[in-house]
Amino acid sequence: MRTTICNSRRDFLKAAGAIVVGFSWCVPGVLAQQASPARLPGSLNDNRMLDGWLRINANGTVTIFTGKCELGQGITTALAQIASDELDVAYERIEMVWADTARTPNEGMTAGSQSVENSGTALRYACAEARQILLGLAAAKLGTTADRLTVVDGTVSGGTGKTTYAELAREANLKREATAQVKPKPSSQYKMIGKSVQRRDIPSKVTGGQSYVQDMRLPGMVFGRVVRPPSYRAQLVSFDESAIKAMPGVVAVVRDGSFLGVAAEREEQAIKAAQALRASAKWNETPDLPPSAPGLFEHLQKMRSQDSVVNQKIPTAPVGGKVTTYDATFTRPYQAHASMGPSCAVAQVRDGKYQVWTHSQGVFPLRRELNKVLGVPEANITCTHVEGAGCYGHNGADDVALDAILVARATGGRPVKLQWMRDDEFSWEPYGSPMVMKMRARLEESGGIVDWRHEVWSHPHSTRPVSNPGGNLLAGWHIAKAVAPAPSPNIPQPAGGADRNAVPPYEFPSQQIVLHYITDVPIRVSALRTLGAYANVFAAECFMDELAIAAGADPVEFRLRHMKDPRARAVIETCAQKAGWNAGQKSDGSHGRGFAYSRYKNLACYVAVAADVEVDRRTGKVRVTKAVSAVDAGLIINPDGLIAQIEGGIIQSASWTLKEHVGFNRQRITTRSWADYPILTFPEVPAVEVHLINRPDERSLGTGEGSQGPAVAAIANAVFHATGARLRDLPFTAKAVKVALSDAPSRAA
Amino acid sequence: MPNYTLQVNGTARNVSVEPDTPLLYILRNDLELNGPRYGCGLSQCGACTVLVDGRPTRSCVTAVSSLGAKKITTLESLGSKDRLHPLQKAFIEEQAAQCGYCTNGMIMSAKALLDKTPRPTEAQIKKALAANLCRCGTHNRVVRAVQRAAKEMAA
Repeated sequence: MRTTICNSRRDFLKAAGAIVVGFSWCVPGVLAQQASPARLPGSLNDNRMLDGWLRINANGTVTIFTGKCELGQGITTALAQIASDELDVAYERIEMVWADTARTPNEGMTAGSQSVENSGTALRYACAEARQILLGLAAAKLGTTADRLTVVDGTVSGGTGKTTYAELAREANLKREATAQVKPKPSSQYKMIGKSVQRRDIPSKVTGGQSYVQDMRLPGMVFGRVVRPPSYRAQLVSFDESAIKAMPGVVAVVRDGSFLGVAAEREEQAIKAAQALRASAKWNETPDLPPSAPGLFEHLQKMRSQDSVVNQKIPTAPVGGKVTTYDATFTRPYQAHASMGPSCAVAQVRDGKYQVWTHSQGVFPLRRELNKVLGVPEANITCTHVEGAGCYGHNGADDVALDAILVARATGGRPVKLQWMRDDEFSWEPYGSPMVMKMRARLEESGGIVDWRHEVWSHPHSTRPVSNPGGNLLAGWHIAKAVAPAPSPNIPQPAGGADRNAVPPYEFPSQQIVLHYITDVPIRVSALRTLGAYANVFAAECFMDELAIAAGADPVEFRLRHMKDPRARAVIETCAQKAGWNAGQKSDGSHGRGFAYSRYKNLACYVAVAADVEVDRRTGKVRVTKAVSAVDAGLIINPDGLIAQIEGGIIQSASWTLKEHVGFNRQRITTRSWADYPILTFPEVPAVEVHLINRPDERSLGTGEGSQGPAVAAIANAVFHATGARLRDLPFTAKAVKVALSDAPSRAA
Repeated sequence: MPNYTLQVNGTARNVSVEPDTPLLYILRNDLELNGPRYGCGLSQCGACTVLVDGRPTRSCVTAVSSLGAKKITTLESLGSKDRLHPLQKAFIEEQAAQCGYCTNGMIMSAKALLDKTPRPTEAQIKKALAANLCRCGTHNRVVRAVQRAAKEMAA
């Protein structure tokens, strides 16, 4: 197949060595490859124009454009710190604009803990280069050379006097391609990077400012709601359209295939209309869901799968002496993102132009997906990011954007704010996939692991819009001209998706990692924070604990015994030391301490966690009383922001671990409210301590997903230490723990 | 639709709505207040919390007809960005929010607590906030913020 790539004239001519007047070229793929421009750092590579990243304003401020979304993780604060340092402009004068298909670079998804790495790196180079361009102009103006100038908060001094970036802005041509030839500052010159700058969005959030898409109000706006089918593949047979249309305030009733939506003048009217619509709708549905746990996990292993060896190490020398084989199987159920704020979007459709305000994690991918479903050219669709509640991965954010558009097409140009109800969110968001991990290891008499096998069964961990073929917007499956989902490919190693962190970080002479990838998805799944890493680290780090105990070794020492990476060793040692880890410490039968380590994706931050638990042997209730963590994330941009991500990750992981699983019967999802899906509450939350290891000369590593894996394993290992019961099936509810405790003596023997 | 006069943040406000209309939608849509937020509509999460005669109340399940002349207080009346209430200031200083969607409920529940118990223990704070859900794992910062505010208000 011939692919056609449109290059800018500049790229092509420069590479061809020609200086002629030209025009936009559309060249065949082969030719474009020859002309491929030099690789630029981070997201600069795909967004090569300097003025796409920053604008110097006449009023002395600088506007920074990023394609990454503010999700409450503080990314716009961190990026503003970077821009402030590279430009020498006060942090307060940096304005951030993010994720808008009409205004910002396309940086794909804000996911995978990669924003500081990709957007931050691009901004460092773009700002350093812009600063040099400005200094060149200033030097000419002040009759000196650039190296004799100093810059303080956008004011340039030297030579014959002073000037400012604002004064230079008119002459400064940033409409040019970045070269990345200007080196960003060395870490020793940072003023803002490395400081715990307060987040920019919090003052508004604590005073009732407009912070979220849920807070948007536009002139003439009406309120929308959807009525979803009662189960995934139910078909709409009939509903009473005229009765709903006659209800107070109803502006539109939309039916497209099995998609149903309403719009009304007032929000409570829209809710009532949706309730009436639901009551009047008749559906055809069949019971086609898998069995619930524990049967779910047997079922999962019997499903059709793509099987592959994702990593293998063949032993180089035969093992001598006595070797013992150990086996253990771990499971993780369906778990929900369970955002505090149900998904919401505001859409307006006027004169063939589509505008949607969305808390999607990727406005550009969303735009392409909307084009796929609606058949509207991308040029006529604008997707603008506005914050929503925390999402922790792929929740209903993209879906509700399409819902709002489908309803807004029927309101005569009036904007529609459509928010899901709590049960829409719980029953239709894509969950984190259930997983089975079968572990096998061989231990030699001297206490070394000589062979390691990690086998994982899982559905996909990303069915995000555009990350795979087919349609990935919910309403797109239900409308008459449906765009059905297609099988989602796995994210390959080294990051991995279902097999993320299934490859051990330790040095074993022999290992085999096998993935059974199940693309049939009877229950909707997608990216939940860490993808497969949470469950794989749970299995691997609990199994390490089991092997350490089998070897008669201290779990921390046992890990170090098999670990070469000096940064990993430092994190493990720091965590153990800060936690006051005491090898051989005995438990009183209800209090225990556990340890675990992982490097997220085997590529991002290094995290170790030591957890203390208290087990009520009578009720089976597990309380995590304290977690101590050590983290190496390379160069730290914002220490407090990093701590917040790690401590939030530990607490969320403790909640997943102790409480969370999505309920369903053979026909429907039964988790519909917080009563069906309890999460950790204030009295149950552990004290958390985070210790940072700063490495100013190493590149910054993402941290949003670093602590969840080590946290779950540390908790499970602590329960074993406390009680002798090995918990291998998540979650550790009181009921499950009570059963495990009654089995424990026999297991221990 | 019947008329109601509500006492919101010290001002009488007139609205014309059905009697069963939840207070939440009146505050957000008619009075254009952003503090109270829709989280569940079921009185389970606390994101919509306001004070009614000083008591923390879930506005998502409070019908307008049940309010009469009771005093309704929302986050907006505590303070503004320029004149922050000690609780708001403490939440900023402790960076006690990630996504912040639950923050309104945290501050309003904490306000009710401090009004009655000016120097609460950690356990009292956790108990007072037990029915306010947070998904980002910001709990410990919230507790520290309430402690900080209590200290400042006592000084």
